[in-house]
Order: sequence, then structure tokens, then C-alpha cells
Amino acid sequence: MDVTLSDEDLAFREEIHAVFRDEFPDDIRRKRDKGVPMERGDLVRFQQWLHERGWAGANWPVEYGGTGWTPVQKYIFATEMAEANAPPIVPFGLSMVGPVIYTFGSEEQKKRFLPDILASKVWWCQGYSEPGAGSDLASLKTRAELAGDHYVLNGTKTWTTLGQHADWIFLLARTSTDVARRQEGISFLLVDMTTPGVTVNPIITIEGDREVNEVVFEDVKVPLENLVGEEGKGWTYGKVLLQHERANIAAVAISRFRLRRLRDQTTKPVRGAAPLSEDRNFMRKLAAVEVDLRALEYTELRTLAAVQSGKAPGPESSILKVKGTEVQQAIDTLYLEAAGYYALPYVQEQYTLDADPAEWVGEGAETQTSLKYFNFRKASIYGGSNEIQKNIIAKHVLGL
Amino acid sequence: MDFSFNEIQAMLDDSIEKFIANDYDFETRQKYAASERGYSPEVWQTFAELGWTSVPFSEEDGGFGGGPADLMVLMLRFGKGLVVEPYLANIVLAGGVLRRAASAGQKEKWLHPIIAGELQAALAYAEPHSRYNLADTRTTATADGDGWLLSGSKGVVFNGGNAELLIVPARTAGEQSDEDGITLFAVAADSDGLRVRSYPTVDGQQAAEISLDNVPVDGAAVIGEPGKGFAALDAAIDDATLAVCAEAVGIMQIMTDKTVEYSKDRMQFGVPIGSFQALQHRMVEMFTDCEQSYSLLLWATMLAAQKDADAKRAISSIKYQVGAVGRKVGQEAVQIHGGMGVSWEVDIAHYFKRLTTIDQIFGNADWHLDRLAS
Repeated sequence: MDVTLSDEDLAFREEIHAVFRDEFPDDIRRKRDKGVPMERGDLVRFQQWLHERGWAGANWPVEYGGTGWTPVQKYIFATEMAEANAPPIVPFGLSMVGPVIYTFGSEEQKKRFLPDILASKVWWCQGYSEPGAGSDLASLKTRAELAGDHYVLNGTKTWTTLGQHADWIFLLARTSTDVARRQEGISFLLVDMTTPGVTVNPIITIEGDREVNEVVFEDVKVPLENLVGEEGKGWTYGKVLLQHERANIAAVAISRFRLRRLRDQTTKPVRGAAPLSEDRNFMRKLAAVEVDLRALEYTELRTLAAVQSGKAPGPESSILKVKGTEVQQAIDTLYLEAAGYYALPYVQEQYTLDADPAEWVGEGAETQTSLKYFNFRKASIYGGSNEIQKNIIAKHVLGL
Repeated sequence: MDFSFNEIQAMLDDSIEKFIANDYDFETRQKYAASERGYSPEVWQTFAELGWTSVPFSEEDGGFGGGPADLMVLMLRFGKGLVVEPYLANIVLAGGVLRRAASAGQKEKWLHPIIAGELQAALAYAEPHSRYNLADTRTTATADGDGWLLSGSKGVVFNGGNAELLIVPARTAGEQSDEDGITLFAVAADSDGLRVRSYPTVDGQQAAEISLDNVPVDGAAVIGEPGKGFAALDAAIDDATLAVCAEAVGIMQIMTDKTVEYSKDRMQFGVPIGSFQALQHRMVEMFTDCEQSYSLLLWATMLAAQKDADAKRAISSIKYQVGAVGRKVGQEAVQIHGGMGVSWEVDIAHYFKRLTTIDQIFGNADWHLDRLAS
């Protein structure tokens, strides 16, 4: 039993740390620290900054331009990125469709799409859920009918995160209804968002932002060459993607950063009053979440150690999504409670880099705590709701 | 980065697993628990012969030279086997104080026979009033010529009724709750003025109330430096706390496994009850709690092994965890077993009782969370 890092890993950490400290774009850092929302341009610029350093494909194999990092190095990178308070990587290209294309795509598709994904030149979005198909994804109704050298796509996708920025969408559509199982007859398609017949309608989420969209397809022509892998096998490809998504949404490194920052805050007086550290009830709740997060951190490390030594991740890996999102939401709740009255003001417009301090409401990003809390109720819903995750664990891990 | 057992740990794990499978089934355990001493002296001798009683002691002290990780491996198995032999009392508590504070001569006299399985010992660390405050010591020792006279009461002393040797912390200076001024004494159980009221505990083990009325001991009975006994006492309690956490995680794991298996066999309404989603999700939560607790146990054990500055916090974290989450897992296992879960004949009930008593000792979940919050 041993969790010490090797000399190579320590040197790697030092290297990553130094680059984030010395070269990270200053305006993005200041925006993050002040709680200024990230715009499309900020996110793209950050990812291109990563790409310039060869770090965009953290999880990609070397042959497709990835880093080829070991599991421990990926873990270190995620930790350093969180510690630098860097924006999250937009997952749809780099973490989702990229791996599907390099795993199942044709050589032409790899050449055509992977370099632009890696360089964040093209913004991707995800077309999985539908108005009638949420956690029960296999009930999707979007149809792609073969017509010569193309499919004709009809249907509606929903909860498409940041789809308003997207150049391309990857989606699951039904190409056959004559199947034994509902999971068959579904295909994985890549669609240019500028194709006639694609409409993006905003959905405003609980905190008041346009985070997700409804995407409607009316007789959209999709060339055959945009089918990934075999027709009718999309469910299999999509599942690989979801597994990827679930590991990422544990977000242990970010939770650790946020929780430590909250503990630091509790020692400081707020508006001249006693620091929160004197509130016994709050500190007990904080300590309980810290224990939960520490356990999660070691559950993740156990998974990592297994992968590192060439074994398949153990059953403990199955709990990462559920537990990770529970911890995220518990931290959001603590931030909300810490803000007290100042969770109320709805003053999103003040979060700009050149805000007038005299007009500022609350201390720091206090007035964003409620918005984050509301918004992050999504965490236990997306990526397969936590109830679906429990069904999966019951079936595949416990054998029920 | 490696969370697997090393070769020696794997052998230890394997040999205890085999012993429990072959010689220590639930009925046998129940028989030992119900016997006069509350454990089997033959089994205890086997533990000594197999070297298990020597695990935490240095080679210099005649031990195996093991650390917290080796003890963890052993206690996980003892938890799963619901072992009633007084390992915690003899080896971790009494042995833990002796190996830290005793002189070479004292070790030869007491520690070596403990490791050999020939001497039963107990650490009388708690007093009837003291709850979880280890320093709170009303028992006094007053100088009497070359020796001392001890007076006071000790409560719920594990293995107190079987012990021939009692290690008794007593106040020789300072105020009631001072850490300074506590001296450790080795007291023979048959000393004049010493009264032992032995009883079984609800988890199938044994303990005793002990009263001391001017019990005379000689100067050689002092273990370590007079007035400076707290450090060794505190360290031994930390060891023991981590050890019972491993035991608790072992119990949680086996209760979860047994519950999942039971739910596959138990038919109601013509189907196995494990097919009900309401129960499936609860069992997934039990499984999740076990995995999280095991992760935390590994972390705390590694920090303890490295003598890390945060080791005490880590021990409080895992003790809080097994207290809070262990209670939930235990209650769910009983609930899903239905009437069987509350039957004396069924092992689940006895796992539940031991898991429950583990939270009651060395500071409960609330107490440790408080320590983490401050």
C-alpha cells in the first residue's frame, strides 16, 4: 500500500503547475476569480492555449495527437487544472465525440474531424436526449431515413448544452424500427449545424441563463459519410461515450479545490461579524462533506491504481458518478448556506471584469452561490440520472 | 500508487480467511461467546502459534514487526469472522501501551507472555463518568513508601474479567482532566483491595467494572515516566480506534454481501425480493458506503503508517464514517433480512450488534465529527 508519487510524476506535476502559474491567460484567471461567467471566446481560447502546449487531448492516444499520459499523469493534470481555477474543458468535442471517432470512425472521419476537435476550431454539441427520451434513452424517436447517398433526419433533441455555440452536433437517431431490442437500429451521426432544416431554440435554465437548447431537425440531409461505424450500432458507441462522461463528472479535483476554498473563507470575518468557523453546526456539516470527499478521492485513486497496473477498474469505479455529484451538490449547498442573506440578490450583471466596486452587492461571488446551487441540481440528473446509475450498479455489480 | 496487499499481508489475509472458514463458523463463535470466559483459550493459543498475536510488535520486542496496514488486514478479517477472542484488549490496547512505555524488564515480564498467548491483559482506560475524554481520570495513586496506593473506579474494561494483568492509568498530579499527571500502573488482578465485576457485553464479548480501594503496588509497577502516561495511552487508543474501524468495515462488507445474497434467494409475491427496485437502490447505497469506507480506511491507515501530522484527523474521519454510515448499513441489512435480521439464530443480528457497539467506543460519530469541525 503506497500512494507516494514517483520522481517522474513529481517532476511532471511541477512542470504542469509552473505552466498554469506562469503562462495561464491573465484575463481568464481574473474572470474566474471574480466569478465572471465564461463566454464562448474565453472557453475556446483556454482550450487552444492547452492545445498549444500539447495538452488538449489529455485522454487521447498519441497517434491521434493526444498526450499519451499515464492514468496518474491524467489525475495530476486534472488536479493542477482545478487548483489553477481554470475553466472546465467543454467536453463535447474533446471528451465525447473525439474518442468515439478515433475508436469507431473511418480513416476519412479521423482525418477530417480529429485535428479540428483537438485544436478547438470546431464547437461540438450533443444530441442524445429527446422530449420523450431522457433517462430512457433507447426510446428515442428521431428518425434517419436512407435516401440514396444521404439520410433524411427528422426529430427533436433537447437539453443540448451550449448548442447555441455549436458548429456540429453528434447524435443518436433511429435508422431501423424492425429490431428485436430497442437498443438496436440506432445509429451515430455527425451533423453540420448549418445544414438547412436545423433550428436551435433556447431553453432558459433555473438560474436564468441560456445553458441548454432544443434542436429541431426538419428533413435535414445528412451525407452517408457522416455515419460513424456501422448503421444500427450507435447504441454501443454511445455507451462508450457515456462511460467516459460518467468518470469525468465525478469532478473530484474541482470539488477538493472548492471545499478547501470554503474552509479558508470560514476563518475570515464577514462584513465585520464573527467568522463562520464559530458556527458549530455549519462546521460540522463542512467536516462531514470533507470526509465524504476524501473517501471519494481515495475511491478514485483505487480505480486509477487498478488501471495503472493494467487491470480493469474494480466495482468501486461504478459509484464515482453518483457519489461525485452528491458531493458536488453538498458543496453547493454549503456555499449557499454560508452566504446567508446574500444568497438572495439576483445581480448577474455585476459580474464583469470592470465592475464598479461601489455598486457591488455581497462579498466576492457570494451572490452566485444560489445560482450555482440551483443550476447544479442538474448534476444528479444528467449523464444518466443517479437512479439510472443505481439500476446499473444493482444489475452489473451486485448481480440483482 | 498501489492499494494492493503486499505478499506478507496477502498471506496473513489468506490464513485468517481459511481459519475462519474451517474452524470458526458462526455456530462455533456463538459457542465460544456463550462460554464462561467468553472466548476460546484454545483458539487464542492458535492465534499465538500462527503469529497473529505478534503482528503489531517490533522484532526487538519479539514481534512480527508489522504496522497499521498489517493490523488493518487482520482486523478486516476478524470483523468478517465476528471473532470474540480478546485481540483488541490484549494486543492492541494493553500491548500498545506496553510496547511504547514499558522498560525492557517490564516487556520481558508482561509483553512477551502476552505475545505468547500465556498472559491475559486489559487496559482500564475508561472511568464510569469519563465518557470519551481520555484524560478525565479521577482514579488516584498516592505515594506509599517505595510504592503506591491506587483508589478509584474503572468502567467497561474490555477483557477485564479474564485479565491477570490490568494496566491502570491513575492520577498522580494535576486536575481531573489534565493530560499531565497521569501515571500508568501494572496491577495484578488478584491484588488486595481490587474488585472485579465481570459481565458479558451485548456484542458477545466480555468486560468488567473494576473498583480499586487502596490497592498497593510497588515502585516497579510504574510503566514509563510517572505523570507522563498520557502519550502512550493516547497513542494506544488511536491504534485501537483504527483497528476497530477496520473491523467495522469488514463487518459492513460482509453484511452487504450477505444481504445481497439473501435478497436473491428470498421469494415474496413469487419473485426474489432483490428484484424490487426499492430494495435494489438501498443495497447499492450499502455497497457505495462500503466502498467509500474502505477507501477512507486505506487513507487513514497509510497516514498512520507514515506517522503523518494529519493521522489523528484521518482516524477521526474514518471513525466518524464507520459510526455514521455503519449504522445505516447495519440497519438496512437487518431491515432487508426482515424477521430473520432480528433473530438470535441468524448471524446478521450479531454483526449488527458488534457494528453498533463499535460506534459506542473510543468516541462515537458525533464526537469525532466535532473533533474534525474544530
